[in-house]
Amino acid sequence: MTNPNGRFGSHGGQYIPETLMNAVIELEKAYNHYKNEPAFNEELTELFNEYAGRPSRLYYAEKMSRDLGGAKIYLKREDLNHTGSHKINNVLGQALLAKKIGKTRLIAETGAGQHGVATATAAALMGMECVVFMGEEDTVRQALNVYRMRLLGAEVIPVKTGTATLKDAVSEAMREWTSRIADTHYCLGSVMGPHPFPTIVRDFQSVISREIKEQLLTKEGKLPDAVIACVGGGSNAMGSFYHFIEDKNVRLIGCEAAGRGIDTFETAATINTGRAGIFHGMKSYFCQDEYGQIAPVYSISAGLDYPGIGPEHAYLHDIGRAEYVPVTDEEAVCAFEYLSRTEGIIPAIESAHAVAYAMKIAPEMKKDQIIVITISGRGDKDCAAIARYRGENLYE
Amino acid sequence: MSKIKSAFENGKAFIAFITCGDPDLETTAAAVRAAAENGADLIELGIPFSDPTAEGPVIQGANLRALNGGVTTDKIFALVRELRKDIQTPFVFMTYANVIFSYGAERFLSACRDVGIDGLILPDLPFEEKEEFLPACHTYGVDLISLIAPTSADRIATISKEAEGFVYIVSSLGVTGTRSEIKTDLASIVSVVRQNTDIPCAIGFGISTPEQGRKMAAVSDGAIVGSAIIKLLEKYGKDAPEYIGSYVRSMKDALRTA
Repeated sequence: MTNPNGRFGSHGGQYIPETLMNAVIELEKAYNHYKNEPAFNEELTELFNEYAGRPSRLYYAEKMSRDLGGAKIYLKREDLNHTGSHKINNVLGQALLAKKIGKTRLIAETGAGQHGVATATAAALMGMECVVFMGEEDTVRQALNVYRMRLLGAEVIPVKTGTATLKDAVSEAMREWTSRIADTHYCLGSVMGPHPFPTIVRDFQSVISREIKEQLLTKEGKLPDAVIACVGGGSNAMGSFYHFIEDKNVRLIGCEAAGRGIDTFETAATINTGRAGIFHGMKSYFCQDEYGQIAPVYSISAGLDYPGIGPEHAYLHDIGRAEYVPVTDEEAVCAFEYLSRTEGIIPAIESAHAVAYAMKIAPEMKKDQIIVITISGRGDKDCAAIARYRGENLYE
Repeated sequence: MSKIKSAFENGKAFIAFITCGDPDLETTAAAVRAAAENGADLIELGIPFSDPTAEGPVIQGANLRALNGGVTTDKIFALVRELRKDIQTPFVFMTYANVIFSYGAERFLSACRDVGIDGLILPDLPFEEKEEFLPACHTYGVDLISLIAPTSADRIATISKEAEGFVYIVSSLGVTGTRSEIKTDLASIVSVVRQNTDIPCAIGFGISTPEQGRKMAAVSDGAIVGSAIIKLLEKYGKDAPEYIGSYVRSMKDALRTA
């Protein structure tokens, strides 16, 4: 799906400082070499299976399906992976690649903390140094994850600039990378940034849709009618969609964080409220003002609180292959509570955005139709914040 | 001949960077006049961006102050139009790709020509992506300045061959900001640049003292200073232009001995 210049239609590209150009060129060459090397793939598969616990389960949510009274609902349980989210898939791939090209230090940005925890984990496993940049606002919202990263041996640097959230953490990680390249790999956490990151991250995450396809064919003998995932930068969604892109009858639905609503300024729904722009190394859609200043976005979910979206999603939107729908904080919190009570599964508040949209469309679908929802992460990290949202005075 | 070349005809060039609208546009106008009157050969006017990923804390702060003060791209075009009534010093805009993309490349560059902007520096537009704005730059006669970094290696020749205006050599790894020491082997980089182009090259990033300026200018055609000037604006606010004037004079004097 990528052309040689890292373009997805008009999106993508490499809009980065000259200082970083040789680093991304080296990364692209290394990736093109290792992605087809049997030894690399064997090593990665071993890590996926024995360390991260893949393949993740495709669970038939029977009670939820019955309760909603429409389509059959399956949950792709990325929350059961080691470290508690899909982020580990990409991180193991990139850390292994970084090691092959002689890097000894990983840096990363993180929003909710899941990517930071996954990176810190891989660094610990592979004996690499690790520094994670996290918006100061998010270090408060996700204090437990900050402790987990430190416990794993990573240094966590709170970013105080701008809105002190995910976008600022990305900017700061990029700044750090320009100052130290020789021994450092920037382990970008989503399908975003300059080429080759959107392609590399998508490929490592595409294990999700490959497994869904195999598992559902075994269980149901057919493909799903819809695959639903939440979208911030869009890595779990891209991983969930990828092997279904050519299956035109499968609806691909990305759920954006609408925050307090797409008619308010407190939103992070990029496709629904943004327009084309160039930022963080890529051309894509961004929330911005009339002069191209990036908007200070908002969502209850620290992981979706980002003003852009990966370039391949922008392209799938342009060609009408995937739909991107807004889901508000309130809808996501209701879905968070619903899945907990109905199936005994506490989803990450990010993933709850996908659950919320499935709850809207499932009742209108036929009983022989199938929805797969990717539960990208587990919700333990969100319990205190959701309790506060509901008015309880709970702090970690 | 591009007007930028004239900036390098008065000995080693001193290039001053000023963020427009920090703390307000009246101060910017006075600061630009002070720099021009005291020997700045070329002035880089920064159009602030909300998320300047190539900048260190000092220039990030200037961007924030300017945006909080309500400056916009249109107000900056009006400022340049006003300054051009009495200042002939070459001006280049320094900003980020999205500011131009969002405004529309044609519309932005035609406005550049109308108000008298001679060049454009975009730290997030590498050689591979320059086609984004190059056609519009050529239509309206605005030079798209290329940057070369300490990591450029085999790219130096390729970039230099197609460079316009002047070549901006980034002195060190990392973001903008003053540094106590610059260790990169800049003479070797300059020598490759000169083998591949006739246009001048100037060194920026990390330069603040007259001694550093003299050293950098000695191995190239000029020195670029940003953060040290912005620090004066940060410290003295509306009173900064006077201090900027004497600072620019001290730097240009040092460059004359390079």
